[in-house]
Amino acid sequence: MSIATEDVREDEPPTPTKQTKQQRRAAGIAEQASGGIKMLLVKLLALGLVDALALYAVFVLALHEQWAVLVIVAAVTALVNWIYFSRRKLPAKYLTPGVIFLVVFQVFVLLYTGYIAFTNYGTGHNGSKEQAVSSLMASSLERVEDSPAYGVTVVERAGELGLLVTDPEGDALVGTNEEPLTEASGAEFDGDVAVSADGWNTLQFADVLERTDEVTALAVPASDDPNDGAIRTPDGSTGYLYVSTLEYDEAAGTMTDLTTGTVYSDTGVGAFTADGGEQLLPGWQITVGFDNFVRAVTDTRLAGPLLYVTAWTFAFALISVASTFFLGLFLAIVFNDMRMRGRKIYRVLMILPYAIPSFLSALVWAGMMNESFGFINQVLLGGASIPWLTDPLLAKVSILIVNLWLGFPYMFLVCMGALQSIPDDIQEAAKVDGAKPWAIFRLIKLPLLLVTVAPLLIASFAFNFNNFNTIYMLTDGGPRDSNAPIPVGFTDILITMVYKVAFTGQTRDYGLASAYSIIIFIVVAVISIIAFRRTKSLEELN
Amino acid sequence: MRVNRKSLLAAGAVAVVATLGLAGCAGADGSSDTESSASTLTVWVDAERVDALKGAAKAYSDETGVEVKLVGKDNADIKDDFIQQVPTGKGPDITMGAHDWLGELSTNGVVAPIELGDSAADYLKVAVDASTYEGTTYMLPYAVENIAVLRNADLIPEAATSFDDMLAKGTAAGLTQPFVVEQGAEGNPYHLYPFQTAFGAPVFGSDENGYNADDLQIGNAGGDAFATWLGTQGKNGTKAFNTDIDGDIAKDSFLTGKSAFWLTGPWNVGAAVDAGINVAIDPAPSPTGEATQPFAGVKGFFVSAESKNKVAANDFLVNYLGSEETQLELFEAGNILPANSAAAETASSDPIIEGFAAVGADAVPMPAIPAMGKVWQYWGIAEADIINGADPVATWQKLAADVQAAIDAG
Repeated sequence: MSIATEDVREDEPPTPTKQTKQQRRAAGIAEQASGGIKMLLVKLLALGLVDALALYAVFVLALHEQWAVLVIVAAVTALVNWIYFSRRKLPAKYLTPGVIFLVVFQVFVLLYTGYIAFTNYGTGHNGSKEQAVSSLMASSLERVEDSPAYGVTVVERAGELGLLVTDPEGDALVGTNEEPLTEASGAEFDGDVAVSADGWNTLQFADVLERTDEVTALAVPASDDPNDGAIRTPDGSTGYLYVSTLEYDEAAGTMTDLTTGTVYSDTGVGAFTADGGEQLLPGWQITVGFDNFVRAVTDTRLAGPLLYVTAWTFAFALISVASTFFLGLFLAIVFNDMRMRGRKIYRVLMILPYAIPSFLSALVWAGMMNESFGFINQVLLGGASIPWLTDPLLAKVSILIVNLWLGFPYMFLVCMGALQSIPDDIQEAAKVDGAKPWAIFRLIKLPLLLVTVAPLLIASFAFNFNNFNTIYMLTDGGPRDSNAPIPVGFTDILITMVYKVAFTGQTRDYGLASAYSIIIFIVVAVISIIAFRRTKSLEELN
Repeated sequence: MRVNRKSLLAAGAVAVVATLGLAGCAGADGSSDTESSASTLTVWVDAERVDALKGAAKAYSDETGVEVKLVGKDNADIKDDFIQQVPTGKGPDITMGAHDWLGELSTNGVVAPIELGDSAADYLKVAVDASTYEGTTYMLPYAVENIAVLRNADLIPEAATSFDDMLAKGTAAGLTQPFVVEQGAEGNPYHLYPFQTAFGAPVFGSDENGYNADDLQIGNAGGDAFATWLGTQGKNGTKAFNTDIDGDIAKDSFLTGKSAFWLTGPWNVGAAVDAGINVAIDPAPSPTGEATQPFAGVKGFFVSAESKNKVAANDFLVNYLGSEETQLELFEAGNILPANSAAAETASSDPIIEGFAAVGADAVPMPAIPAMGKVWQYWGIAEADIINGADPVATWQKLAADVQAAIDAG
C-alpha cells in the first residue's frame, strides 16, 4: 500500500531537492539489496530484545521449577531465531507471529476447555487427591472440649523440632512428634510462659517462620494414649489440644471416621465414598470420559430447558441476522441515492449506535424498558404498563428490538460498501432493457451484494449465536422459568445458560459447562461450514 | 524493499510482543502471587479496603519483620479466583471474604481452620457463629454488616412503630411511595428477610453446629402468613413492594425525597449523607409486632489451605488483626462495624454505626451451608411472583417443595 501512494507522489514534477532525495533513496535501495547494514541492525536489535526477554523468562521459570513451560519458551525462541536468521524462510517470517498468538490465545484455550469437559472439575472437585486428604485431615481436627490454651515455645534439638508447653498450673513440659509430653528440666520462664529448657534450643519467631512446614506438622501427643489428643500450635506461640475425627490409611487408601466408624474409600468417583454412597468433600479432580456430554443431553433436569433454550438461540440468531441485514440494506440503498440531501449527516447518525459500547446501550435500554419507571412506558406511552422485560414473549421481542438497534449500523456500513462496488453500467444496461427498480434490485443488486456480504452474514450468525452481552445486560435471561430445575429463563441463549451452570450459585460445574461449550462450538462450526459451502455457489454467479 | 523492511520490522515487533506475552504468562505463574519465601504474606483484599489495611499491614511488618503484601482485587472476583488458584499453589496466603462463602470454600478444600482460642469471647457472638462451619472456625471476623431502615428525619421525625404505621406516616407526609426497598424482576429475598422472620419463618432451623440443612423451615405456617401478607403489600395491594424498583431506582427515590424510608445496608449511607439528607437508622418496622431479624453478613479473612506460611498467617490474623486496636483502626479507615466487641462499642459513638449495631443485635447470620444455594435459586422468583399477584400460599408451598426437592437431589 505504501508503495502505491509514494509512487503517486513521485509523479509530481521533479525539483532539484526531490532529485537528490530520489538519488538518496535509490542508493538506499541498492544498499539494502546488497544486504543492508541498517536493516541487519534493526533485525538484530529486535531479535536480541526477543531473546533477552525469553532468557529472562527462562530464568524466572527455572526459579519456579516450571520445566514444561520453560522448554516450550526455549523451543519457541530457538524456532523464531532460526526463522528470522534464515535467508529462505520468507513465508514463515510472515506467519510466525500470528501463529504464536493463535496458539497462545486460541488453540490453547480450546484444548484446555476440551480437557476440562472430560473432567469432573467443579465445586468439591477442585484440586488433587493429596490436597483433598490434607484438607480433610486439617478440618477433622477438633479441639478437646474445655481444654485450656497453652503457652508454647517452639524448641529444637539436633534438628528435631519440639514444643515447650506451659500448662495452666505453670509446669513446663516438652515433647516432639514421637515423644509425648514429659517434664522439662531447667525451664526458664518469661512471665507465665516457659521460653527455654535444658538440652533444647529456643527458636526465634523468624526461625519458626523459616520452618513453617515443620511447625504446622508438629503434633505433640499429650500422653501415650493417642485418644488424649495432641498439642498443635497454629501461630507458634499458643498451643491447643486437638483430637482428630478422621484417620487416613495411606496403604489402603481409606478414610475412617473415628466417631462413627464409617469407612470411606476411593471408589473412582473423585471423592472418598462410603458404602451407602455418602461422600466426604472436598474430593479431587479426575477424568470422567464422556460423562459430562452424556449428562448434558440425557439429564432430565437439564434436557427440558436445553431444548427450548436451543430453539430460542437459533431463532434469536437467525432473526437478528435477518432483521439487521434488511434494515441495514434498506438504509444503505436509501442513503445511496444521490438525490437525498444531507446524506453525510444521516450516515454519521446511523453509525452512532455502533459507536456506543453495547454493554452501555443494553443497560440503558433495560432502564428505558422498566415497566413502572421506564422512559418508554412513562413518557412515550403516557403511563402505560407494558411488561417489556418481564413477560416471556414480550421479553423476546424486546431483545430482538434492542439487538436490531445494536446491529443494524454494522450491516448498513457493509451494504453501503458493497453497493458502491456494484458497477453502475450493469444497472444502466438493465434500465435500458426496461427493467423496473424492484427487478433491478432483486435480480441484479441483491445477488451481487450477497457474493460479498454472505460470509459476513455467516460471521454475524456465529456472533449472535453467542451474543452473551445483549442477553446478560438486558434481561439476564429473565423472566425466570420457575418450573425449570436450573435457574434458566425464557430469554436465555445457550451461552448464557452455560454461564449460569458454570459461574452462578454455590455449586459450580466447570466440567459440564465446558462440555456445553464444546457442543456449542460444534454446532456453530458445522453451520458455518455448510453455509460457507453454499456461498461458493453464489460466487459462481460471477 | 521498503515493504520488506517495514513488514519485517512489524513482524519483529509482533514477535517481541508475543514473547513478552509468553514471558508475562510465565512470570504470572510464579512471582505475581505467592512467593514461598517464609517472610512474605500475600493478602488478597477487596480493592476498596486496601487503604484501610495499609496501616495495619505496615505496623505488623515493623513489629515482626514479616512483609505483608496487600493485593487489591475486585470483590466480585475474589471467591472464584481463590477457589481456582489455591489448588495450583499460586493463590495468596490470606484472602478477605464474606462468611457466606464458607460452605463453598470448605467444600472445595481451599481454606484452613483457624483457632481463635480464648479470644473467641472478644468477638460479637453473631460474628463468631458466622465464622464457624460444621463446628470448625475458618474465618477471622473483622466487620459485621446488616440492613436497616434509613429514615429521612426531616420528612418523618419519628420512627415508625409498625409497617402499617410507616406507610401511614409517609402518606400523611404527602408521599406516594413512602417506602422503597430494592427488588428486581427476580425478587430480592435478602432485603425481605426481616419481614419474613417477623412471621416466624426462618429458612433453616438451627442446632449447636449452626444451621441444619435437614430442617427446612421456610414452608411452615409462618411462611404462609408471610406470603399472604406479602401479597397484600404488592401490585394488587399497597404497592409497598414493587419488582420494578431496583437498587438504583430505590436510591434515587430516597435521595430525591420521594421516599422517606429506605431499607438498605450501611454501604448506601454515604450517598444519602452526601445528598444532604438527615438520616436516622431504624429497625425494619414489623408487620406483626414480633422482632424483624435481618441477615447479618460478616466480613473476615481466610487462610489458604495451601499457604506455605500458615504460622505467620495465623499470627497475623488472630494475634494482630483481631485485636481491639487494629479493629478500631480498620473501623476508622473503613467505617464498618467491627466484629471485636470492645471495638464495636467504641465505634458505636457514631450515631449511624450505633443505629446499625442496634438493629444488628437482632440479626441472624446468613446461612453458609451449601443447601442455601438451592434456596436462593427459587426464593426470589417466588417472592417476585407473589408481589406481582400470584396466589401467595400456593406459590409459597411450591417454593418450599422445590427447595426440598433440590436439597434431596443433592
